[in-house]
Amino acid sequence: MTLETPPPAPTAPPPPPIIKRRKRKPFDWSTAAILTMMSAAAAVVYFRDGSEKFFEILYHDLRLFADVLLKVAAGCLLGAFLARLMPRELVARWIGAESGFVGLLVATVLGAILPGGPVTIYPVASALLVMGADVGATVAFLTSWTLMGYTRALVWEIPFFGPEFVGWRILLSTPTPLIAGLLARHIIRNLRPHWEQKP
Amino acid sequence: MIYIVEALLWILVAALGLACAVRGRILFNEGLREGAMDFLRLLPKVMIGVIGSGYIAAIMPPEIIGRWLGPDSGFFGVLIAVIGGALTPGGPVVGFSISAAALKSGAASPQVIAYMTAWALFAVQRFVLWELPTMPRGLTWTRLIASLPLPFIVAGGAMLLGRP
Repeated sequence: MTLETPPPAPTAPPPPPIIKRRKRKPFDWSTAAILTMMSAAAAVVYFRDGSEKFFEILYHDLRLFADVLLKVAAGCLLGAFLARLMPRELVARWIGAESGFVGLLVATVLGAILPGGPVTIYPVASALLVMGADVGATVAFLTSWTLMGYTRALVWEIPFFGPEFVGWRILLSTPTPLIAGLLARHIIRNLRPHWEQKP
Repeated sequence: MIYIVEALLWILVAALGLACAVRGRILFNEGLREGAMDFLRLLPKVMIGVIGSGYIAAIMPPEIIGRWLGPDSGFFGVLIAVIGGALTPGGPVVGFSISAAALKSGAASPQVIAYMTAWALFAVQRFVLWELPTMPRGLTWTRLIASLPLPFIVAGGAMLLGRP
């Protein structure tokens, strides 16, 4: 067996595992709750509006589901590959404790372009923190991923809302990671004594 | 348009996969397997969310939504939208499908955007299931507090611009 993983980083300290995977069951209580809600809604439609309406909605949503499938697959693969390619030393340099406003900007861009769902993003953010990213930058990163992440927009939002609505929503969200990052730095500066146990 | 976007997505996947493969076959195989597993795990949730959303939209009472989140609901409507968004369960589809339904039922864009933003930032289930276990506590609460004004800022921006 050859030593091929992880990517070569001769000067960096032994990198922490980027992906600390937790078991994610395909079905859990929240999914069950949602399923119950959806079934109830479907039952109401069936009994109130008749079977014709029921099947009309079903066909429409099945087509939407088929449209979404490929994108979900692409998003999952993107997240998996990218998490393995993250240049760790660069991350520490660009969004570390001394990175200032530029660090927030870099974190914002990073969050917006890094694909993947919560499966990838929280472990990556956690790893960034361990590697020396500062709290403001990490918060900016998470906020940016949450509100401006393009894979989410492509995969989930555009099928529902169309590109124009989504475009405006993302445009309006552009300043939010910076605001949250600055606020977070402010909060941490005042709470620092109470919070020293980083992992 | 949507096909170009999809092609772009897959070109990106191929490029990253290639970059992984160049660094080592094991790395590539791991990535491929993990991506595939994520996809399979997500599948039932996606199916439930997408197929169920049409029914949710069909039973949402338009008058009530129009009154509570309509164009005249102003700041109060935004506040209700933010609380509703935070209480909506997480998962990728639910919030979007409810927002789309609300929009069709007469809710105004700024209020719907406030709802989506609050849901994206605060969804209870994502917070409990993902963020608390994977992130340091202090950071998580800091993020939560620092994010509180954001839905209002975004909705306010939408009101000022009159878009979308």
